[in-house]
Order: sequence, then C-alpha cells, then structure tokens
Amino acid sequence: MRELTYREALREAMAEEMERDERVFLMGEEVGHYNGAYKVSEGLLDRFGERRVVDTPIAETGFAGVGIGAAMVGLRPIIEFMTWNFSLCAYDQLVNNAAKLRYMSGGQITLPIVFRGPGGAAHQLAAQHSQAVESLYAYVPGLKVVAPSTPADAKGLLKTAIRDENPVIFIEGEVLYGHKGPVQDEEYQVPLGRGDVKRAGQDVTIVAWSKMVQAALDAAAELAKDGIELEVLDPRTLRPLDDRMIFDSVKKTNRCIIVEEGWPFAGLGAEIAYRIMKEGFDYLDAPVVRVTGEDVPMPYAKNLEHEVFPGVEKIVRAVRAVLYS
Amino acid sequence: MDKTLMLSLYRDMMRIRRFEEEAARSYSRGKIGGFLHLYNGQEAVAVGAMSAVEPTDYIVATYRDHGHYLARVGDMNAAMAELFGKVGGCAKGRGGSMHYFDVAKRFMGGHAIVGGHVPIATGIAFASKYRGEPDVTLCFFGEGTANMGAFHEGLSLAALWKLPVIFICENNLYSMGTPLYRTLSVEDVAVRAKGYPMAQEIVNGDDVLEVREVIRHAAKRARTESLPILIEAKTYRFRGHSMSDPAKYRTKEEVKEWMKRDPIRLLAERIYALGIANEEQLKAIDEAAKQEVAGAVQFADESPSPDTATLFDDIYAEPDQHEQDEKVVPLEKRRQQASV
Repeated sequence: MRELTYREALREAMAEEMERDERVFLMGEEVGHYNGAYKVSEGLLDRFGERRVVDTPIAETGFAGVGIGAAMVGLRPIIEFMTWNFSLCAYDQLVNNAAKLRYMSGGQITLPIVFRGPGGAAHQLAAQHSQAVESLYAYVPGLKVVAPSTPADAKGLLKTAIRDENPVIFIEGEVLYGHKGPVQDEEYQVPLGRGDVKRAGQDVTIVAWSKMVQAALDAAAELAKDGIELEVLDPRTLRPLDDRMIFDSVKKTNRCIIVEEGWPFAGLGAEIAYRIMKEGFDYLDAPVVRVTGEDVPMPYAKNLEHEVFPGVEKIVRAVRAVLYS
Repeated sequence: MDKTLMLSLYRDMMRIRRFEEEAARSYSRGKIGGFLHLYNGQEAVAVGAMSAVEPTDYIVATYRDHGHYLARVGDMNAAMAELFGKVGGCAKGRGGSMHYFDVAKRFMGGHAIVGGHVPIATGIAFASKYRGEPDVTLCFFGEGTANMGAFHEGLSLAALWKLPVIFICENNLYSMGTPLYRTLSVEDVAVRAKGYPMAQEIVNGDDVLEVREVIRHAAKRARTESLPILIEAKTYRFRGHSMSDPAKYRTKEEVKEWMKRDPIRLLAERIYALGIANEEQLKAIDEAAKQEVAGAVQFADESPSPDTATLFDDIYAEPDQHEQDEKVVPLEKRRQQASV
C-alpha cells in the first residue's frame, strides 16, 4: 500500500469530492493562491479554479456565515479555519446557526457543511494558538465532531463528512500534517460514529483521539516490555461517540484511561468516564482515570509547555496506577 | 396608479396589523409564551419590499419576523399556530415567534441573534451567483445591527464578491430601549455603505409605494449587475421592543407624532385621493383581515401540541446510516482488523 502524509490524504479527500460533486467548494483564508497556510489545499486552485477554491479576507464570522447560507440552499461548502483557535470568532455562527437551524425550522433546513482546520497545540505558540476545542463543539446537539489520528482515517472521514447532510466539525491535528501512513489506492470512506481499535490488548483500555493516539501507542510499546498489554481505542468521531466499542473493551480489560489534549474541567473525557461508569460500573476494577492537558492557558516557555502536555510518561504512570502496580 | 396593486398592498398591511394586535391579546391571555416582538407601525417596509421582488427571491429576517412572513408566505394559520407552540405552526412549534420558516417559499427564517443572519444572507446570495441563478436575497435587520461585527463582515464580503443581496435596515430609532443617538456614531445607517463601498439609499419606511420603488430598482440592479446595496428605511415601531417593554423611554408626544405617519393611514389617504376605493371598501378589507385572524386563532387553538415523542426529531438530517451500523459490528471483528 502507498504511503501518504496526513496532509496529502486530506487534500486527496477534498479533490475527490470536488471532482465528484460540483456543489462542493472550499473557502477560507489563504486556501487558494497561497496554497493553504498548512498546504493542505496545495494545488486545488490550479485544478478547480477560483469559483470553487475561494480565498477570503480574515473574517471568520463572515465566511462561516456565508458557508452556512450557501449550505441552506443546497451547496456543500468546506469552510477552512486557518486554525480552530480562530473559529472562536465564529462560535456564534457555528453554535447558534449551523447547529440549530434544522431543529428551529422544524426540519425544513438541511445543512451539509464541513468546517475543518488544524486543532490542538503545536510547539511554543502560546495560549491563544494552543488549544484543543473539541469539547466546546461536541457539547452542542446538532453538530458532529470528528478528529482523525491517521492519514487513512483522515481521508476516509473527510470524504464521509463532506457527503454528510449535517454540519461537521472536522478537527485535524496540527502536528500530524507531516505524519505518514498507509492509504489504500481505491476509493473508500470511513463512517462517522464508528471508532477503531488501534492496538489490541487485554490489560487496560486507553481511549485517545487525534495526536494523543500516537502517545497512547508509544506508551503501549513501552509497557509491553513489562508484559502489560494496552488496548488503544480511537473513537475518531467524538459526536456521535462510539461508546459501544468502549464499553465492550472495558468489559474485557476492567480498566480504562482516557487521554485528551484539552483541559480537564468539563472536558470530553469526563463525559466518556461518566458513560463507562453508568454502563459498566460492575465491570470496573479501578476508577476510570483521565490524562489531560493541565488546567492552565498554554505557556510559551518550552519547559513549561512540556509540563502541560499529556505525554507518554503521564500515560504510563496512569496505567500503573489503575493496575495498582 | 395600479388600482389592484394599491388595494393588495393595503390588504397585506392590514393583515399584519390585525394579526399583531391579536398576537398581543393572545399573549396577554397566556396563549403565547417567550418573547414577542411586534411589527405594528413598520408594515410598509415588509409589504413594500415583498411586493417588489419575485417569489423566487430569498428572504432572511430577524426575530421581528411576523410581518415579513405574512407579506411573503401569507399563511396566517401557520403563523398563529407557531406562536401558540402548535404542530400546525410554520416551524412545527419548534421556533416560536422569533423563528418563522417556510423554506419552500424561500422564507429562510427569522433569526434571533442580532447580526448573525447578515453573513447567512450573503451566503445565500453567494450560492445564487455560484450556480448562475438569477435570484436576489433580501436581508432585513434593525439599526441596532449596524453596530455588530457580523453586520460588517456580511456587508464587506457581499461588496468584495459583488453578490446580489439587498440589505434593508429598518431604522425604528430605538435598539430595544436605547435611542439611536446614544448607540450609533452616525445619523444615518446608510452611510456605512460608503466604506465597502456599496450603493446606498434612504427611504421613507412609512410609504409603502416609495419602499416598493426603491426595492424594485435595487432588485433589478442586483439581478442584472450582481451588486449589493444597503437601503435604510426610516420608520417607527408603535409598541415596545417586545411585549415585556412598556417603552417608557419615549414620550407620548413622540409616539403620537409618529402615529400620524401610520403607514396604513398614509396609503388609505392616497387611495381615497386617487378615488381607487371609498372608506366602506377599505373597511371591508379590514373586516376580512379581522375574520381571517379570528380563523387563525381558531386554527391555532385546535392544532395539537407537538407530540413529545418527536422531541429529538430533526436535530440531525437523515440519512444517518453511519450512526446505525457501528452498533452491529462486533468488537472482536474490529480487533482482528486492528494493526498491532
């Protein structure tokens, strides 16, 4: 199988869907002539022209709203946020309009629209450019939230998101763009709402998504040396959540750790932990543990920033804790 | 002057006036909940504008949307039932007063976050241009919107991309309870158009014929040249911002002065002057409107409340096959597929 970067996989997904359906267009800051701030849309302007690859001014509220309006009348926009940090300027559009128009209209409006871009911290970008926003969006009924961890998932999920009839919040891992992975030649899709077992094991279940999947796999490799086998689950879609997969795994391992980049308070992991407790209380041999980013705006200094990340070391420590070893 | 047109405009305005009066009564009787923003006094803007465009042109309105809905869609039963929170309402009782919708008639909603709908209107116009369709989008809002960031971004993009959208500011002098001179750095909202730049026009919002003419020209220009415009209609709301607002910030004299410019009376006087109809004939139109309103109340009363079993319907659009099939794939199978 060929290898593609996460970035190339996303680009291929958009190109294939734009080829397939003329209603699909890409809009955002620097997506066209600049070829994308992170080069995800590189070459798309040459291929599809200015009508379908639309550069915008720095106006998140404006172009998010334009996408919503266009989707209301049948187009299928892909709206790129240069990073998800800037989506907060358009939070009103996403929460009050995209998520609610269908319900408020008694089902008259359909909104097939994808909002996508990089999320999470990269390296030393400080507080305003380093945050994981998935909990902010997964909170809202009417939105779907996707956060792929591999090139193959990124491509398959983005294609499905573009074909979905609902607003999809598609959060790419900023530090994953250059990661390579196998991507099949044939066209394929990955369904929303279905997680994936990234590593099978019987001792402890780890739930992680986006770039935290790799941290979980690295922790698993280290613990395997001691004969501890982690089962690493990647929900891939955070809303709707594949909680069946998580329950089934926990029933076998009886232990679960949730790893997320975001802040701990009211984060997604809290909801997942609650669901496990509610559904699988009798199966648990230890409390569900969360490994999260620290509860602090991201500092700039390298050593401080490192303290904030929920890395391999913290995961290993959590595993040993739930195993009481 | 077109006799049929004049009478039809009169009828449309009277229908709104009588509808709103009944809405106020029903609100006091507890039949309507939530916020209720009435359109009394501003009828000439919605009626003049709707009469000037094609039924295929898109309408985007605010939370003060009854008049626009009635002028475009006309279905008084669905409008009243929506206020009553009934299943026969134009949003099945999901939206209420502030969220009227009739997508089939291209009434793209009442929107209740001030300014939030302006970029949406720009987006609908973007779609028309993208597809090469001749439709124009009308976006209504109040003067309070002119201070919102979303207003600026919506107009800025419409001008940049030359989109066929008509922004109609209904300046009723008060953003909720605060007079314009304390909220707006300019006297006329229309001047804001200059910076984009975009064409601008100020119109007497109490004169339905003047509104109609200005919108007709704007629509023609938008359709043939694909250009946006900002039109400011100077008008006045006869009631408070909403039913919970006694409007004590306005003097009785001021209200009385503006009531002299009642758009319905202005049109009636013109109709008499031109000999198009006499008082009796206009009274008959009024009576018919009242009858229709009474019928709408009956319809709304009789329409059932939404079935609570439908509470979770229409959060997401179907088909949603993805959520279904994940439940049936056994974990063992997925574990086998996992690359360890």
